[in-house]
Amino acid sequence: MVMNKNIFHSALFMLITFLGVAAVYFMLHADFMAAVQVLVYGGAITIFLVFGIMLTIRGSMKETNLFSGHAALAGIVSLALVVVNAVMVISTNWSVTGAEPPEETVGSIAELMLTKYVVPFEVAAILLLVALIGAVIIAKEVKKTS
Amino acid sequence: MIDFALHNAWLIPLLPAIAFVLIALVLRPLPKASAFVGITAILISFVLAIHVGLGVIQAGDQFVEHPLKQVVTWFEMSGLKIEMGVQIDPTSAMMLFVVTLVALLVNIYSLGYMHGDPGFSRFYAFLALFAMSMLGLVIAPNLLQMFVFWELVGLCSYLLIGFWWHKYSAREAAKKAFITTRTGDFGLLLGILLLQINFGTLDLVALGEMIPNFQQYTNLTFGGLTAIAAILFLGPIGKSGQFPLHVWLPDAMEGPTPVSALIHAATMVVAGVFLVGRTLILFKTVPGAMAFVAFMGGFTALFAATIAITQTEMKKILAYSTVSQLGYMMLALGAGSLTASMFHLMTHAFFKALMFLGAGSVLHAMHNEANIWKYGGLKKKMPITYWTFLTGCLAIAGIFPFAGFFSKDEILLVVKEASHGAQFGGLYTLLFWMATITAAMTAFYMFRMFFICFHGEPRDKSFHPHEAPFSMTFALVVLSVLSVFGGFVGAPWVEHGFGYYVRLGEFHHPQVDPVIIGVSTILALGAIFLAYWIYGKKAISHEALAQKFAPLYKLSFNKYYIDEIYLWLIHNILDGLGRVLWWFDITVVDGIIDGVANTAKVLGSVLRRVQTGKLQHYALVLFAGVVVLVIIMGFADTTSASLSLLGGVR
Amino acid sequence: MIGLEHFLVLSGTLFCIGLFGALAKRNAIAILMGLELMLNAVNINLVAFARYVTTGILTGHVFAIFVIAVAAAEVAVGLALIVAIYRDRISVNVDDFDWLKW
Repeated sequence: MVMNKNIFHSALFMLITFLGVAAVYFMLHADFMAAVQVLVYGGAITIFLVFGIMLTIRGSMKETNLFSGHAALAGIVSLALVVVNAVMVISTNWSVTGAEPPEETVGSIAELMLTKYVVPFEVAAILLLVALIGAVIIAKEVKKTS
Repeated sequence: MIDFALHNAWLIPLLPAIAFVLIALVLRPLPKASAFVGITAILISFVLAIHVGLGVIQAGDQFVEHPLKQVVTWFEMSGLKIEMGVQIDPTSAMMLFVVTLVALLVNIYSLGYMHGDPGFSRFYAFLALFAMSMLGLVIAPNLLQMFVFWELVGLCSYLLIGFWWHKYSAREAAKKAFITTRTGDFGLLLGILLLQINFGTLDLVALGEMIPNFQQYTNLTFGGLTAIAAILFLGPIGKSGQFPLHVWLPDAMEGPTPVSALIHAATMVVAGVFLVGRTLILFKTVPGAMAFVAFMGGFTALFAATIAITQTEMKKILAYSTVSQLGYMMLALGAGSLTASMFHLMTHAFFKALMFLGAGSVLHAMHNEANIWKYGGLKKKMPITYWTFLTGCLAIAGIFPFAGFFSKDEILLVVKEASHGAQFGGLYTLLFWMATITAAMTAFYMFRMFFICFHGEPRDKSFHPHEAPFSMTFALVVLSVLSVFGGFVGAPWVEHGFGYYVRLGEFHHPQVDPVIIGVSTILALGAIFLAYWIYGKKAISHEALAQKFAPLYKLSFNKYYIDEIYLWLIHNILDGLGRVLWWFDITVVDGIIDGVANTAKVLGSVLRRVQTGKLQHYALVLFAGVVVLVIIMGFADTTSASLSLLGGVR
Repeated sequence: MIGLEHFLVLSGTLFCIGLFGALAKRNAIAILMGLELMLNAVNINLVAFARYVTTGILTGHVFAIFVIAVAAAEVAVGLALIVAIYRDRISVNVDDFDWLKW
């Protein structure tokens, strides 16, 4: 995805990545999370980004997603982080329970959401509303008064 | 009322302070209202001061040993307690009376003198500020408060000398006065600090008790205390125009004449005398310092008198006369007599203020023509000024029964007594004769001026002098009455006179020494007659005399070239030193500073490139930092590194 | 057998790919995409821990859902910003955005 020079292709590859992540969730027995991933990321956010591309790129889609001058440095840093992370993960002794995961998670998540985490839940709702309004205001055309 | 005044003496300086604020902030566009407020404030202060004086007289000698003190703590820290307050004793009561009286009269006088001046309100504001400062000084119970007000009167002096700031000479004179007195003030401050360090207090009463037995309280040596006294004396040398820092006082006459009368004759310049009087116990403890004070005083008196003989401007003559009389007061202090000094201070305030105001009246009439050789024959045109001025001249010449007679003879008497003392007897004998000669010279130069100005024919017909308005003559008349009768408070036949109240130590009834009286009176009369002979009758040509004694005449006329010597010293020594230091500053100090600055600049111009303004660069550096940190922590301790990766969750 | 470590390494790698995209790309929208990948990597981590370390307790899932909500808000605002900037500069190239420097 990141290597592609065409931003639209990048977006499509990103969709595939999201679906892959959904598959990872399945492997982790997180069925609800997988569904949310497909709906929100695979559906909403990808569409969002495509809209963004359409609004900002005019003309040919080729050569729209190039690297900047410091790509090499960024690559070195990222690679270093990958290696460090891998070494750390492997060298750490994790306290894995080894128990079997629950068959379905929706009920438990719903219970947690509406009891223990009800306040963050509501706050998240407000956050989304604020973000919606904010996005509208920011993106609105500024009338040149002066 | 007396009780109220005694216990609320702090009101006396406060009222002019209020007047100053009111005039400066509110009433400046209204000259009449400003004058009214200024005069009212000082009038109330004057009434209060009179009641304070009455209270002190009623109390007898109770306040002499135990002054009435009211203090509040200004600030306090370990080892230092500074108070502000009021100390009422006969000396301060006398000073309050003199200062408020002269200030009041000068305020009234200025109504006429400053009439129509564009800075009329400003003038009254400064006068009020000065009155506040001076009154605060005289009631100060400790040396620090005294120093604060001491500097405030210096500021007022600066402001008022430079009152006509559009005149170049006035500006220069103001600066000269300020800088010269500051030179002395440096010594004063040093002396005060040394006293505080050694005695742990600046309170006058406490110091008065500790200093005579200073070996009990401090580990100062006798020489150390002498040095402190000598350093402290630098302040009075500057403020009271003693040699060699007298140079500012004659130049200070650039200010308006009422200012000269108030500040540079009657009140501020005597602050130095007053300060020495307040700390006289310190000087008495160390006879060396005492002799130093006496010698400086006696020398200044004679020195200034010889200059005054040849001057050609009324105010300059009066200024040198003031320097000379201040020398007299110092001499009296040096002879150990607070009484004689303060007595002369008071009478001098009367007749010198009178003469300055008279000179102002003449200047007013002559449209500020300063040269006395242009005057003449003013007797007919200005009778009130003439007669009042005559009383002033007689008073300063020391003719019975005018005020100066009593105070001057008292000074001569105490110096004579001091010459019988064990230590420095010869010096005091010399000083006695110097003082006597000075008295004769004083009579001579005063009457020289008097005859030139008021007698004979008008030399310049282009002037049409006229008598001053009532506001000015009123002050003249009041002061001339005081010049005539003011001396009686200290006359020898008064049982409990001036000396009973204003004294240090035991009360000595003033003696009468017929020899001194006879000699000084004969000398004064002779000098007056000589002046009349030369300048009144013109029996001897004064020009011929000047020709005959040309070198002496020139020396005196050019004030012994003191100003020139100072200029030469400043130009050559001080400026040379300054140039060396300037070079050091420019090359070495600035070099270092510039080097540091340039290093920072070069570093900045390199490091500036780090700030690209691009978010991605910043994020890149941030994550590089994360990697480095994690590696460091990982190699240091695996568990803590994994903690950092987990964000702290265990 | 696939264990916790594999998921952690996977999520770390995904995070770094997203990071690389965010750091190295010129197009602002591409940077936004990189950010989305990074958030996804975090979610994988959370869910993986919920699966292996705190089995049966689904706090990790709830957290991941909040992250998704925040990510949605972020994308919305971020795109709005990009559009606004684009309107001003006719560009989505971050090399042109150097307002952090005065």
